[in-house]
Amino acid sequence: MKPAAFTYHRARSVAGAVELLVELGDDAKLIAGGQSLVAMMNFRLARPEHLIDIARVPGLDHITRDGDMLRIGALTTHHAVEAAELGRDFAVLSRAMGWIGHLPIRTRGTIGGSLAHADATAEWCLLAVLLEASIEVEGPSGRRSIAAEDFFLGLFTTALEPDEMVVEIVFPRPAPRAALTEYAERRGDFAIVAAAVDLDTDRVVLGGVGPVPQVVRGNQGQDPDFRARSDRYHAGLVTTLVGRARAEAAR
Amino acid sequence: MTEIQLVELHVNGERHDIAIEPRRTLVDVLRHDLGLTGTHVGCEHGICGACTVLVDGAPARACLMFAVQAEYADIRTVESLAEPDGTLNDLQQCFSARHGLQCGFCTPGFLMLAEGYLAERPDASKEEIREVVASNLCRCTGYQTIVEAIDDCAIQRRTRT
Amino acid sequence: MSDPLRWVGASVRRREDPRLLAGRGRFVDDIVLPGMLHAQFVRATTAHARITAVDLSEVLAVPGVVAAFTADDLDLDDITAQLDRPRNEFVPTAMPVLARDRVRYVGEPIAIVIARDPYAVEDGLEAAVVEYEDLEPVVSDTAALAPGAPLVHDEAPANTLVDVSLFATEGIDDVFADAHTVVRVQTKTGRQNALPLETRGVVADWDDRDEQLRVQTCTQVPHMVRTVLAQCAGLQERQVRVIVPDMGGGFGQKCVVGREEIAAAAAALTLRRPVKWIEDRRDALTASFLAREQRYDVRAAFDAEGHILALDADVVCDMGAYSCYPFTAGIEPLMASAEMPGVYQVPSYRVRGRAITTNKAPTAPYRGVSRPQYVMVMERIMEKAARALGLDAVEVRRRNVITQFPYTGINNITYDPGSYRESLDLCEQVLRDEGWFERRAAENIGIGFSCFSERTGYGSGAFAQRKMAVVPGFDISEVRMDTSGALVVTTGTMSHGQSHETTMAQIVADRLGVPIEKIRIHQGDTDRVTYGFGSFASRSITIGGSAVAAAAVKLGDTLQEIAAHLLDADVDACQLDGEGGVRAGDRRLSFVEIADVAYLKAHLLPKGVEPGLSATASFDVPGDGTFSNATHGVVVELDPGTGGVEILRYVCVEDCGVAINPQVVEGQCRGGIAQGIAGALFEQVTYDENGQPLAPSFMEYKVPTAAEIPDVRIEHLETPCAFTESGAKGAGEGGTIGAPAAVLNAVNDALRHTGTELDDTPIARESIFHALEGK
Repeated sequence: MKPAAFTYHRARSVAGAVELLVELGDDAKLIAGGQSLVAMMNFRLARPEHLIDIARVPGLDHITRDGDMLRIGALTTHHAVEAAELGRDFAVLSRAMGWIGHLPIRTRGTIGGSLAHADATAEWCLLAVLLEASIEVEGPSGRRSIAAEDFFLGLFTTALEPDEMVVEIVFPRPAPRAALTEYAERRGDFAIVAAAVDLDTDRVVLGGVGPVPQVVRGNQGQDPDFRARSDRYHAGLVTTLVGRARAEAAR
Repeated sequence: MTEIQLVELHVNGERHDIAIEPRRTLVDVLRHDLGLTGTHVGCEHGICGACTVLVDGAPARACLMFAVQAEYADIRTVESLAEPDGTLNDLQQCFSARHGLQCGFCTPGFLMLAEGYLAERPDASKEEIREVVASNLCRCTGYQTIVEAIDDCAIQRRTRT
Repeated sequence: MSDPLRWVGASVRRREDPRLLAGRGRFVDDIVLPGMLHAQFVRATTAHARITAVDLSEVLAVPGVVAAFTADDLDLDDITAQLDRPRNEFVPTAMPVLARDRVRYVGEPIAIVIARDPYAVEDGLEAAVVEYEDLEPVVSDTAALAPGAPLVHDEAPANTLVDVSLFATEGIDDVFADAHTVVRVQTKTGRQNALPLETRGVVADWDDRDEQLRVQTCTQVPHMVRTVLAQCAGLQERQVRVIVPDMGGGFGQKCVVGREEIAAAAAALTLRRPVKWIEDRRDALTASFLAREQRYDVRAAFDAEGHILALDADVVCDMGAYSCYPFTAGIEPLMASAEMPGVYQVPSYRVRGRAITTNKAPTAPYRGVSRPQYVMVMERIMEKAARALGLDAVEVRRRNVITQFPYTGINNITYDPGSYRESLDLCEQVLRDEGWFERRAAENIGIGFSCFSERTGYGSGAFAQRKMAVVPGFDISEVRMDTSGALVVTTGTMSHGQSHETTMAQIVADRLGVPIEKIRIHQGDTDRVTYGFGSFASRSITIGGSAVAAAAVKLGDTLQEIAAHLLDADVDACQLDGEGGVRAGDRRLSFVEIADVAYLKAHLLPKGVEPGLSATASFDVPGDGTFSNATHGVVVELDPGTGGVEILRYVCVEDCGVAINPQVVEGQCRGGIAQGIAGALFEQVTYDENGQPLAPSFMEYKVPTAAEIPDVRIEHLETPCAFTESGAKGAGEGGTIGAPAAVLNAVNDALRHTGTELDDTPIARESIFHALEGK
């Protein structure tokens, strides 16, 4: 379980990272915390020829309140969000971090990396869709925003172009009555089913039931299309977890 | 031949300049390039935690980092805990007193996990400690005595200050 | 000796701890030798196939690769484990060190690649080309036994390696026909990995000075490895030295000889350069030794008062592709068949036990060996009988449990005294006193028990009954004192977490009156240790500990004899004073003074006493061995919303005779219970229909964490063993044995209002969810 060889590049700025992405093309991959990527490389399931380390790019690890909005830099770690005082407005984010792996994963893993990796059960993916965040990305032609719901295209597939990187996530409005909960047999595992709800917008987002976070509007996963796609157990888990997330959000 | 990179690592207060392939993970470099074999390799995919070390004070999986990523960071391993004459630190003493280790293979990972956690959360409750202990795998103890050892240490440190 | 048990019985701090806590232990992967190379294996990618071609030419072109060998290149004898049983009961199968013309499981080693570093060696593996002609894989016991099934081994008809029918009490069918109640348990238990956190590994090098192949390997059975390696490579045993460094667990997976350690050693011999192989986790999960996949169909007859009348069992164990050395594929079915009646007085018994071969990674003994399964079956039987008869399940156990000792069972095994009934009563009482029976009134909360004993310290007599060709049993120990009065003690057992450096020293300390700081235990070195069978089957303290004690007593006799001569006293008037000396009346000689004579002034020794101070003794367990016992009580709460299981309380009442070090015993209990819970609720090695492993990482193979494993309250009972030197019984496996049954019973108790019973492990959360749906 040793990774294949690669060439290592360290980016000093977003522009520099993007330049490298343009230059190296499909053979290159960004690494921030690397908590998913390195494991895949150790199994040789991922074998980029070039690794562009963006962890030291300055200015991407902020958590900033901007009016109603909350801006989080892409290199902010899960643990930094977990430990941050976000007030009641965004406490849902801090609380949800406890579901991400374990502490030593959260100290390295980043919000940008998690979104770009796009695991359909990943907490940040659910939260971004739930709270209708915009994902700020930068590429050779500059910066653009992608609405979270448009960002996730399929299993581990995003709207990010090969030469773009995530730089910031913007949560547009407070979510004082939102919560995320999960079920897995073992603590720290990827959820079998994850559910996130925002009572104020009546949005429900599910993980583990499809290739991307599933938005289920307001009806506790009773959507007939969704139920038809799931077995009874998963459908039952959805009902349970949506109920629990609602209860937690109401507290 | 694969590329070789010069890397400056700071481990347990000591600076090392090494020439390595960038694909070498931090744990392999610590163990095999620097000879710090106290940190162990258990799964190489970030779940067992036998390789847990402190990177800038925070517990991290040394199997999920390439050593080049750790350049200039302050890395601490289990070898930093005891005095040079072998005197164990308070956390290590608590592990021994509680029989918090059997084969000892997972132990360095738990020690560094606990050191990092208690430094950030000296007031941690036993239940919070249990939650953090769930970060790593132990196959021998059933975890109870690991939780107790770390809790004992936290209580002792709180009493001392 | 005034206070004969000063050290034994005390929870002294472990000798092992300081180095392990400081990161200064020496595990096999910590060893570096000059010029050392790194090995990995080209492994089968298909479960069942003929190998039509192996091309390693591109491998050798990979930068850093030094060599690559196939079976033909190394030319090693096969590893063949034997039972002395007729062909209709046992079919031996040869396990080649590297596969030659056929592969039988995904992950089977085909070639060894050796490179300058562990990264380059994996580059090399990718360049290997193996061509296969696929054969139909056999991936379950039912498929293996189906008429016309493809054969995993051509010499084993019906894919059956072991098939024994035992006991068959006369008239048993009439007992069933006439019985008031017959209950039946059909259960399947999941394939598991013993999962030492340290994977397997070896560093081998040829030493020209010693004319020896030195093999540093993490094994529970160093002398077995020496024997097999010498045989495979055509060496004298003297030419092989097996040394075991610190070991990160074993739990049975390392008590058999691995093909990889032989291949790596042979490569070192061929290259005359040190070769290291460290198994990675993916290989450890998919291609090492597994265990526990068994199917039971068992009927039990009861009278109206809940007395068991007869037991009729069919046991099928899916042993995977090969017999392990030295135990063979018989290890699981023979254990289950011989011991199933367990703690209960069963008047009639019939059993058929089979080992089936399939295209999955082979199996080895895993902590508990079949007992977690058959205890689960017996304890389900007690629960089902209680339900059928409208009786309390603990009361049904009380009516059946053995209370008079020694007791010779229907299985021809004589059980030495234990506290079966007492442990059951105490365990129930503890849970009652803690108020759990009131809490059980709530829906979805259940209480489950398991009451069991385990034979520990199998002597050669007991293993001979299994008809093993290699009969483990005895152990030899040497105790040597130097001129400073310090002791080195050898044991043939092999600690891999069980604290023998501490507990064996405690035993010697009491026998000679020397503090444990002056006692060093040597184990795991075939040149230093005369002979030994290693550590497995909870044998170390019972057998190894007894040998150590006997050798210490013998050395004490010599010390007294010399002292008597020097003090001009009668030997009978001399006594060890418990403080490092020999006393005759008011005169005393310290061990240092005696040793001074024994080594440096040998002319002063009495006639007939050899210079030097050492004694050797052996110990073997007489008769059927000794039985530890325990009762486990578990309270669970089920989550109807998810099917989740939470363990609210775990109580273990255990009796392993005299506990040498109670803290160590408790550690063994807790760790064993965690592994038992893992089997009941979390871990399973699964395959797809083609025999491809579906659990190659810890994402799929769910070893539980501190969030899943509860604290355990342990209560001790002590029924000393009459024939081990310290009165100790084995303590290594009990936790693992008792937990699955207790957890499964508790879950079923919590499901009592649903009409559903779940008998398979690991218990599927989905099944719990459906059982509770709409209730």
